[in-house]
Amino acid sequence: MIRDITLGQYYQTDSVIHRLDPRVKLAGTVLFLIDLFLIQNVWGYLIATAALATVIHLSRVPFGYIIRGLKSIMILLMITVVFNLFLTEGTVIFKIWIIQVTWEGLRTAVFMAWRLIMLIIGTSLMTFTTTPNQLTDGMEKGLRPLKYLKVPVHEVAMMMSIALRFIPILLEETDKIMKAQQARGADFESGNLFDKAKALVPLLVPLFISAFRRANDLALAMEARCYRGGEGRTKMNPLIYNRTDKMAYLLIFAFMAVDIFVGRFF
Amino acid sequence: MLKFEHVNYDYGQGTEMVVHALRDINLEIHDGEFIGLIGHTGSGKSTLVQHMNGLTRATSGQIYLDGEAIYADGFSMKELRRRVGLVFQYPEHQLFEIDVLSDVCFGPKNMGLTEEEAKEEAKAALKLVGLGEEYYTRSPFELSGGQKRRTAIAGVLAMKPQMLILDEPTAGLDPQGREEILNLVASLREQTGMTVVLISHSMEDVAQYVSRIVVMNRGEIAFDAKPQEVFRHYQELEEMGLAAPQVTYALYGLKNMGLDVDTELITLEDAADNIVGALAKRKAGQKRDEESIASHDILCTEATANEPCGADAAVSGEGKDSL
Amino acid sequence: MTGSSFSFCFKEYSMKLTQHIKDIIRTDHLQYDYVMRDEEGNEAGYYRALDDVDLQVKQGDFIAILGHNGSGKSTLAKQINGILYPTGGTVWVDGLDTSKEENLWEVRQRAGMVFQNPDNQIISQVVEEDVGFGPENLGVPTEEIWERVEESLRVVGMYEYRKYSPNKLSGGQKQRVSIAGVLAMHPKCIVLDEPTAMLDPSGRKEVIRAVRGLNQVEGITILLITHYMEETVDADHIYVMDQGHIAMEGTPREVFSRVEELKTLHMTLPQATLLADELKKRGVNLPDGILTIKELLAEIQKQLEE
Repeated sequence: MIRDITLGQYYQTDSVIHRLDPRVKLAGTVLFLIDLFLIQNVWGYLIATAALATVIHLSRVPFGYIIRGLKSIMILLMITVVFNLFLTEGTVIFKIWIIQVTWEGLRTAVFMAWRLIMLIIGTSLMTFTTTPNQLTDGMEKGLRPLKYLKVPVHEVAMMMSIALRFIPILLEETDKIMKAQQARGADFESGNLFDKAKALVPLLVPLFISAFRRANDLALAMEARCYRGGEGRTKMNPLIYNRTDKMAYLLIFAFMAVDIFVGRFF
Repeated sequence: MLKFEHVNYDYGQGTEMVVHALRDINLEIHDGEFIGLIGHTGSGKSTLVQHMNGLTRATSGQIYLDGEAIYADGFSMKELRRRVGLVFQYPEHQLFEIDVLSDVCFGPKNMGLTEEEAKEEAKAALKLVGLGEEYYTRSPFELSGGQKRRTAIAGVLAMKPQMLILDEPTAGLDPQGREEILNLVASLREQTGMTVVLISHSMEDVAQYVSRIVVMNRGEIAFDAKPQEVFRHYQELEEMGLAAPQVTYALYGLKNMGLDVDTELITLEDAADNIVGALAKRKAGQKRDEESIASHDILCTEATANEPCGADAAVSGEGKDSL
Repeated sequence: MTGSSFSFCFKEYSMKLTQHIKDIIRTDHLQYDYVMRDEEGNEAGYYRALDDVDLQVKQGDFIAILGHNGSGKSTLAKQINGILYPTGGTVWVDGLDTSKEENLWEVRQRAGMVFQNPDNQIISQVVEEDVGFGPENLGVPTEEIWERVEESLRVVGMYEYRKYSPNKLSGGQKQRVSIAGVLAMHPKCIVLDEPTAMLDPSGRKEVIRAVRGLNQVEGITILLITHYMEETVDADHIYVMDQGHIAMEGTPREVFSRVEELKTLHMTLPQATLLADELKKRGVNLPDGILTIKELLAEIQKQLEE
């Protein structure tokens, strides 16, 4: 059923990683991604893998749970591997009919798959250990310098957090409207693509109207509670770096320096 | 006739929280009946009606419409949904067309009627809910709350169902709107002879209209009887988060005071007549009693002045019970 | 009694007196027009939603405003919170004129508002964070926010649910969270705009009980807007609105005794009142304005004993 879809699969447990300031995790994830694109040799990859394994271990998120998240990108991963494997020019290892595998192809394919897997695990580890609220808080505070470039950081963060609150409500509403239209004989399953698209009108129109009505109500309710943007607001959960956060930053930078040095020059 | 046989519905299999939304439901709804389906939020009443038109499929058990098993191969769900019309809660939220007439045509067109036939059905349905020609070309979104709801109900009626289910048709309306919708439902039934199932959490709303009440509690049918018989269990109803009509409480209260009232009455007028009669009877009785007490009093005072007289003690004792 | 303590007592008494006299909400010839526009956005006319409404609410009162849909009661509610401004007349909240822009946030802090739809007024994904939303907007220091959140959630009996997602709560519970969210802003007055219209009977009871508690225990002025007459039985004063006017006002007993008048205003009286009325029509001697079955039974009992 449609409402079984869960978004932002936060894994509830208590660990050092869960307790880290969300800004550290955001910065760490971004730096890790940059690192992945800078390293070039097997040693660099090995160090990155070791670092990732340590963080996974510290986060207490079961490995099986992490792997489950990889399933959805399996096809993408296969395609990348196949393309790199068969379409890279270079020293031929073997050749059957017009299909050939080269050393270079094999190397790129392996590294590409390795990098993609680490990339997915690295980013999902952040959503596993950070609640959507912490994430938006972290973004709001972490991206504050962008405010001087006229980027509405607070507003974007507020929008994200409200969107996350309303996703389950709107999913349930979709389910309800779908059933109501089915009770009037609507058919959402059969027919060709064009029929299917047309069948969505009786679902989408009421859904949009409802979303607008909710948005209107919510804006009113927020105003009634004295909301007037980020100016002069205090925080219930202010983000303050503690010693562990500072240590984490140090470790991240140390890892970056070592890994990039090893990964590029050995 | 619609018949439920040992219907169960569970959801959430494979997770820690398996919910038994319906447990062993056995129910027969005969043609032309007017049934009130009552239960508090989460009692399973909405899930139950979604089984009636096949929107939700039972985990086990069978449902028969006019003797045909609806889960049998070859049974058309579309046909089931035409014959058993379901009006959802806040049905105005399903309106989407550019004008009222096209919106009401949606159902009949899905049933395979031509544009012309659909329009005929739609016009007939709009007439039934009291919306005249002047509404045909108006946008459904410009109507008042009550009119929107009527349009949505017409959207289901236009499919000419033999059975109409309304899921809390009065939710969110003001008293006048509530009364209008309830009267509309009653008149629809009179005009078309349809079977009607009215879901509500208010006994007062349904008490005056229906001939049978089905009470759902925790996914099970708790009571299935005439309104009067169901209201007899007002204490159990309270435990289910429901309440009998206030008139029932008044009548039981008076009965506990020793008045000879009929606790099964539902309308205010009947109850008032009955209470007045009981009070008159009581007064006449009291007069007789007073006469006999007067003669008895002499004996009383003569014998033991300290002991209370029997009749008085009995009356005040009864009084305490009722409070 | 020494002189100083006497004067202290007197001072306290006079303070109470002035506080008592002071109106928390006052409207004077309040009028509001909705402007209707045609497709080009030109003014095509107006609809007068409020017409010459005079309202006086004393600090600590429990006021109920009744009326059918379109009677103007929700428009009135929005005037008190500064969401709408009068197009004629004046509204004062705790002495502040709501039409003055510099008063806006003060007004909204002092007169909190709870709306009809339980889903559309909860902003956060965790109960306690939602309750903290108002104080955050007011710039309350972090530590105090937590104190206020705890206190407010305890008042409405939702403290055990502080870590819950609002999506897991019942309608009545969501409304109680919304009330706590307003309470945490330390308002003097709370306006509730049909808070029970979308709830089932047990949810309605829950919410009304919480509202009564706010009034009696916390001493907060309540303006309850509703179309359920049963919910107004405990009010200090009732206003019945019709077509933008105040059509009737008085104590519940006074208002409820005018059965025929209420019927013409499309109000549904409690069955107890209606039954008492039917009995009176049939010659049973009962006082005016019976509100509950309990009262009705007690009255009949009294007569039986006579």
